[in-house]
Amino acid sequence: MSADTDTKDQVAALGEKYKYGFVTDIEMDKAPKGLNADIVRFISAKKDEPEWMLEWRLAAFRRWGEMTEPNWARLRYNKIDYQDAYYYAAPKSTEKYKDLDEVDPKLLETYKKLGIPLSEQKMLAGVAVDAVFDSVSVATTFKGKLNEAGVIFCPMSEAIRDYSDLVRKYLGTVVPVTDNFFATLNSAVFSDGTFVYVPKGVRCPMELSTYFRINASQTGQFERTLIVADEGSYVSYLEGCTAPMRDENQLHAAVVELVALEGAEIKYSTVQNWYPGDENGKGGIYNFVTKRGDCRGARSKISWTQVETGSAITWKYPSCILRGDDSVGEFYSIAITNNYQQADTGTKMIHLGKNTRSRIISKGISAGKAQNTYRGLVSVHAKAANARNYTQCDSLLIGSQCGAHTVPYIESRNPTARLEHEATTSKIAEDQLFYCLQRGLTAEEAVALIVNGFCKEVLQQLPMEFAVEAQKLVGISLEGSVG
Amino acid sequence: MLEIKNLHANVGDKEILKGLTLTIETGKVHAIMGPNGSGKSTLSYVLAGREGYTVTAGSITYNGEDLLALKTEERAAKRIFLAMQYPVEIPGVTTMNFLKTALNAQRRARGESEYDAISILKLVRAKARVLQVNEEMLKRALNVGFSGGEKKRLEILQMSLFEPKLAVLDETDSGLDIDALKLVAEGVNALRSPERSMLVITHYQRLLDYIVPDRIHVLANGRMVAEGGKELAHELEATGYGDLGKVPA
Repeated sequence: MSADTDTKDQVAALGEKYKYGFVTDIEMDKAPKGLNADIVRFISAKKDEPEWMLEWRLAAFRRWGEMTEPNWARLRYNKIDYQDAYYYAAPKSTEKYKDLDEVDPKLLETYKKLGIPLSEQKMLAGVAVDAVFDSVSVATTFKGKLNEAGVIFCPMSEAIRDYSDLVRKYLGTVVPVTDNFFATLNSAVFSDGTFVYVPKGVRCPMELSTYFRINASQTGQFERTLIVADEGSYVSYLEGCTAPMRDENQLHAAVVELVALEGAEIKYSTVQNWYPGDENGKGGIYNFVTKRGDCRGARSKISWTQVETGSAITWKYPSCILRGDDSVGEFYSIAITNNYQQADTGTKMIHLGKNTRSRIISKGISAGKAQNTYRGLVSVHAKAANARNYTQCDSLLIGSQCGAHTVPYIESRNPTARLEHEATTSKIAEDQLFYCLQRGLTAEEAVALIVNGFCKEVLQQLPMEFAVEAQKLVGISLEGSVG
Repeated sequence: MLEIKNLHANVGDKEILKGLTLTIETGKVHAIMGPNGSGKSTLSYVLAGREGYTVTAGSITYNGEDLLALKTEERAAKRIFLAMQYPVEIPGVTTMNFLKTALNAQRRARGESEYDAISILKLVRAKARVLQVNEEMLKRALNVGFSGGEKKRLEILQMSLFEPKLAVLDETDSGLDIDALKLVAEGVNALRSPERSMLVITHYQRLLDYIVPDRIHVLANGRMVAEGGKELAHELEATGYGDLGKVPA
């Protein structure tokens, strides 16, 4: 089924509003509210971490205490009280089980509602899922098949224990502990996440996928993902995110680090539909995420694709450091904001090596009273001879009370660089809507169709099974934006 | 099947239709001719239910139903089709996907089962051949980069696919050379049927040489000023709209 044909499901999904806004009622094991060095020690102890990890966390925590929250983004939100949140929450029963059969049925039910069965069905679809429920990875499937290929795909907490040397070698090498306020906070308190290692010359036999979900009230989620693709390997990874409806704002500050060694390729896709808040702007996730990939080896490639439809606040700039000669970085983005949502998102392409190439395709859609900003940096360093970048930023406005902003930063210290930047801003035209209505589509179906068309270049980058879901999300997230 | 009585309609604050009355019979082809600014396109948009075209008085009854109470898309589902003078472009949406989405939306609204991609493809292919709409066109984004002739052929293809009971053709001849016009007219004529009424709106008599109407109505200054058989077109060609336009408002 092609990405642009599944209109039947798309239409059926309309009218569901935020269907992921349910709360799973299970007993939680929480750390006391607030943040101090003892909480950091508590988290580390809960995870049975080696000493070096605790020290790493404490160093980050000390550093974080000296930092101030950045305010350069075009975002307005109430000040976050970092002491008024829980930094560790785990379903109480998880400590025991090792097998899927032992998992609390309520948890599995939650995943079922999210549409990610942890069973045979996904095997048929060829998807391995590492499901993160609040702070603990509940179950990991398909380990066996991946093991055969030598691929490590496991919860971060497990990796820290079982593959300590490997994690230690790469953790924090792309996003340093001191990188920025939110990344440093994450370094101190990250609770779980995913670790992937693909050995030399291995093409990962399936799409890897992690669903993150914030369930517990007033719990920040600080997951940490590290993907290392060794020489000549390939991996495609997808994360999907949903969160239940709550009145208060929840903080999500994740860090994702990608390392591509010589000739390796990493494709990282995100479908983010955290709870965006209600139509009056109440509630919703504050999403402050640091994602960065390092094309460390020659001829390596990192490709980011993101579909951001949720969160009240999105602050996110998945970036590529093009260190290896002939390396390639790509960023494909759809950011949709409706009602009072605000997104400040984009990328950084840092060209260090020779003949490095980057491509940025950004599609921003703004409706209601939302603000949508593309912020991107293309930087060509002195030694990056023959660097090339192509940037295309398109904004689509629905209605007259929303805003779209494009803030490109371009720096070139090498005269051989070739940089192109194209930007457009348009509105959904009344005649387009009328045309669709006259042919029988409802206003919401028409908007979903037109916006999906606008986003096509990016949707095409998603793995097939997720492209369909993303397409539906585009429709759902723009509900009520016309008529 | 369609009865328009004393229709008054505004675009913005300006009254364009000023007491228009027209009856269209089942299975007949009616043509409306008239000078620029007489209200021809406004009539087509009012029939389709376009936003911004406000009916201030009068009534339209469609198969016994109050048409003005229906939403734009409901009218489409009840088989009113408007072939537009300027078909719009929708980037990134393939023509085939658009046809499938629209047809299924209409079918759903009528409580009929939806077609899967393969059945629609077969259906569209069969209809497309007659109009020389090729595969390649169906794969391109809707109307993007289409020539004037291609756009109009695609409108007629949609008319054929949606099987309207009332088809309104708004200046379908505009922007077409004679070969393209013939092709489109053949397509339209192939769709004439005892169950289908058509309202052909045109400024020129030329189109009516190829789509020969049962009745011709002349619209000027927002109301009907003359009516006759197909020979009326040629009389108008000889005399022009000059005198008719001067009917007191």
